[in-house]
Amino acid sequence: MTRPAAPRVALFVTCLVDLFRPSVGFAAVKLLADAGCQVEVPRGQTCCGQPAYNQGDRATTIGLARQTIQALAGFDYVVVPSGSCAGMLKKHYPSLFEPGSAERAEADRLAERCFELISFLTDVLGVGAVQATLDTSVTYHDSCSGLRELGIKQQPRQLLASVAGLELKELPGAEVCCGFGGTFCVKYPEISTKMVSDKVAEIEATGAALLLAGDLGCLMNIAGRLKRTGGKVEARHVAEVLAGQLDQPPIAAGRGEVG
Amino acid sequence: MQSTAHAFKANVRAALADQPLQQALGMARTGFQQKRADAAARLPEFEALRDAAKALKDHVLGHLDLYLEAFEQRVVEQGGKVHWARDAAEARAILIDLCQAAGARTVTKSKSMVTEEIGLNEALETAGIRPIETDLGEHIIQLAGQRPSHILAPAIHMTKERISALFAEHHGRPPVTQAPELLAEARAFLRQRYFEADIGITGANFLVAETGSIVLVTNEGNAELTQGLPKVHVVLAGIEKLVPTLEDAFVLLRVLARSATGQEFSAYTTVLTGPKRPADLDGPGELHVVLLDNGRAGMLGTEFQDMLRCIRCGACMNHCPVYLATGGHAYGSVYPGPMGAVLTPGLVGIEEAQHLPNASTFCGRCEQVCPVRIPLPKMMRHWREEQFRRQLTPPTARYGLKLWAFAARRPALYHLGAKVTSRLLGWLGGRRGRFASLPLAGGWTGSRDLPAPEGQSFQALWAARQGRGR
Amino acid sequence: MTAGDARAEILARLGHGLRGGAPGAEQRQGIVARLATPAATLIPSRAALDQAGRIVLFTRQAEAVQASVERLPGPAELPAAVAAYLRRHNLPMRLVMARDPLLTAAPFAASMIQVRYGPVVEADAVGLTVALAGIAETGTLLLASSTERPTMLAFLPETALVVLPSRQVLRAYEDAIAAWRATGEGLPRSLNFVTGPSRSGDIEQTLQLGAHGPRRLHILLIDEPAPAGDGASDAA
Repeated sequence: MTRPAAPRVALFVTCLVDLFRPSVGFAAVKLLADAGCQVEVPRGQTCCGQPAYNQGDRATTIGLARQTIQALAGFDYVVVPSGSCAGMLKKHYPSLFEPGSAERAEADRLAERCFELISFLTDVLGVGAVQATLDTSVTYHDSCSGLRELGIKQQPRQLLASVAGLELKELPGAEVCCGFGGTFCVKYPEISTKMVSDKVAEIEATGAALLLAGDLGCLMNIAGRLKRTGGKVEARHVAEVLAGQLDQPPIAAGRGEVG
Repeated sequence: MQSTAHAFKANVRAALADQPLQQALGMARTGFQQKRADAAARLPEFEALRDAAKALKDHVLGHLDLYLEAFEQRVVEQGGKVHWARDAAEARAILIDLCQAAGARTVTKSKSMVTEEIGLNEALETAGIRPIETDLGEHIIQLAGQRPSHILAPAIHMTKERISALFAEHHGRPPVTQAPELLAEARAFLRQRYFEADIGITGANFLVAETGSIVLVTNEGNAELTQGLPKVHVVLAGIEKLVPTLEDAFVLLRVLARSATGQEFSAYTTVLTGPKRPADLDGPGELHVVLLDNGRAGMLGTEFQDMLRCIRCGACMNHCPVYLATGGHAYGSVYPGPMGAVLTPGLVGIEEAQHLPNASTFCGRCEQVCPVRIPLPKMMRHWREEQFRRQLTPPTARYGLKLWAFAARRPALYHLGAKVTSRLLGWLGGRRGRFASLPLAGGWTGSRDLPAPEGQSFQALWAARQGRGR
Repeated sequence: MTAGDARAEILARLGHGLRGGAPGAEQRQGIVARLATPAATLIPSRAALDQAGRIVLFTRQAEAVQASVERLPGPAELPAAVAAYLRRHNLPMRLVMARDPLLTAAPFAASMIQVRYGPVVEADAVGLTVALAGIAETGTLLLASSTERPTMLAFLPETALVVLPSRQVLRAYEDAIAAWRATGEGLPRSLNFVTGPSRSGDIEQTLQLGAHGPRRLHILLIDEPAPAGDGASDAA
């Protein structure tokens, strides 16, 4: 696939960013625009369907997949600021349809053109650096789906290395799940709490001031636990830092807490 | 074994509050993972070997009936006997018959999960036969009256202190506290049992169709003593254990130990072919192989067929954050961890085991490390689909899902709902930016704050921005 | 229900799940062919070395799993080396050993060591046997049961001494299997691939040696070719 000069990119916002943290969506728009993309946000999108998919409700999942595939058709690329939702579109949608069917072909077409935001910037557009400054120490949690389904590991680190003033302190156990897991965290809150507590302890041990990750679900879980236990580490989506858009308070921090 | 899988949630709460257990799991967490990673890094061919192992198992499963027939024929030719068991009850009956025919009063056993699967020890005891577990970990839990909490390291949940107390209580010796002393005491105690035993019972890591051989893998050497000292050796093996040739066994052996313990090779890999030869100085005079189905054949040709590739290495549980938080006993089943979450519903019914395939974040580490690349999360999802089809999903989850799906399938309605919800919650969350509690969100807010929305949905802001732009 | 029913039913279930019925002649023939010609396996390149390199790798790998390795010019030096080992470890000058030509030819009678042949009993503290081959890939010994070499020699005593002719140090497990195939004979009752002494990690995942099998495994690598017709050349 040859890359158009100014590719038309559909942003799949994800339901969590839409509802909780639009600033991640705008950070994604800025990063894509800076890289020369024409960004559009199709109105026909809602949720990728993971809540239904992971509860075993296949009929609802297929319905949502059809709707999403249709909404995102016709673009050069589809970009998602979440490894989990990108993984759903890219790796799981095709498996929902019969091999050889027309729907499967459409799902495969979407899968080919769909990318998680950071890996799209680096792997597809060849972006090697961003124009951003942040004078602080950060640590990075590798969200499970992005890491294991999409192979996202070095890409965010590469771009973070170009942020002036930023020091990355690697997180031991960065590849271990934080305990979010969609509905898992409310269905099995005790196990989830144990997992996120371990994660928080490791984050705090790095001494970093700011936690970054590429998935809002994980970030809400970890930031929520950090706040509950009186932690001082702040949390943001990696796109916010790379776009230099830090006007919103960190996740789960109030306006009153912004220094 | 009585399943307590239905009580998973209560089991989990108890496990999380059990300090010695959490201490023991903490030690397990780092060790196994690092050792496997190191072993994989030392072998450039490791990933290619995993592919080969997967392909080999797929080939065998695709011709399993033919390989079983070939294996049976070779065992019989060598003077062994083959028995077939459709289910656990049939297998127990065959094993007890064999023990009674040999007049056995004591049997030694080498660690075997499939004997746990059929509940053999209880059945032997009921029949007046004393089973002696010889693997150190199995010995420990047998003394404690427990079942294994890990398929490879059965006593991984126990601290040294607990083991010391158990030995003092059961061995009738002055208490010892250090690992080398504990090991020496168990060795001396069990050594006597090997000589007393009338029958040795083992599982099998692999069965070789070409030669009718049984392949056993241990680190302690207990399988060798278990099969080699008594006059009868009985093997109980699942029908999926076949490999075509001896060479093929080594394809799987090369990934087994590395995945399990991070060893290059286990200390002992033994290939047994037939009973004692007339001129041999040692070995059992009789060899029996019991081939167990117990639901395995029914998995062929279904979405669970890939599970039959499992070689019981335990890597999935060693890398599972849920297993490492709760330990194996919380699962309430013979097989714990991700592989157990897939196997157990098939063994005891999805009604009984419905929590197990649900208690996963689908983080994917199990699949990432599985030497035969079993898509474990996908199979757990199949069970969830089965539950959903059979309406076993809890009503609150079902209705919540229905309501959400109704909106999600109607983008205009959904965007309106998101706009209103983000405004309302953003306003309620106010300056603090988070909620310490919220109606219907207790599962979340019981232990963590819920970040508040910024106050406007992205779609609403984007629409406004596009409007301005025009 | 009879046992015959169980066999037929399991095979029928398998056939049904696999192909909707019993296998045809062609499928049967495919498996016969597969069993007659073992598939080539992927052998790690680490052991693709000449004889000297294989010996170095074998030694390093065996030592990495707590075996000890000693190299001797020939069988003549065996008794003295064994006696020195026993002294070093405060062991009695007494052992049970395989009636293997390589060992019977060694001058044990002239040494301080009391030697017994035959089955191994509980009281035996030291066993001495001969390996068919060494596998450089993982520092593994291949032992085979026979009338001369009871299996228990390397399992019951706390100290296992194993003699390995250095020309028998092979690359990989498959090389040993190929050597067996070349003989055209059946398999011995018990083949033991032994990689280091017995061990357990069952107490708090700390490595302890000597769980049930030997606490010590000492490998005596012997350079000089043994007399023709000795058992150890099977795997050449």
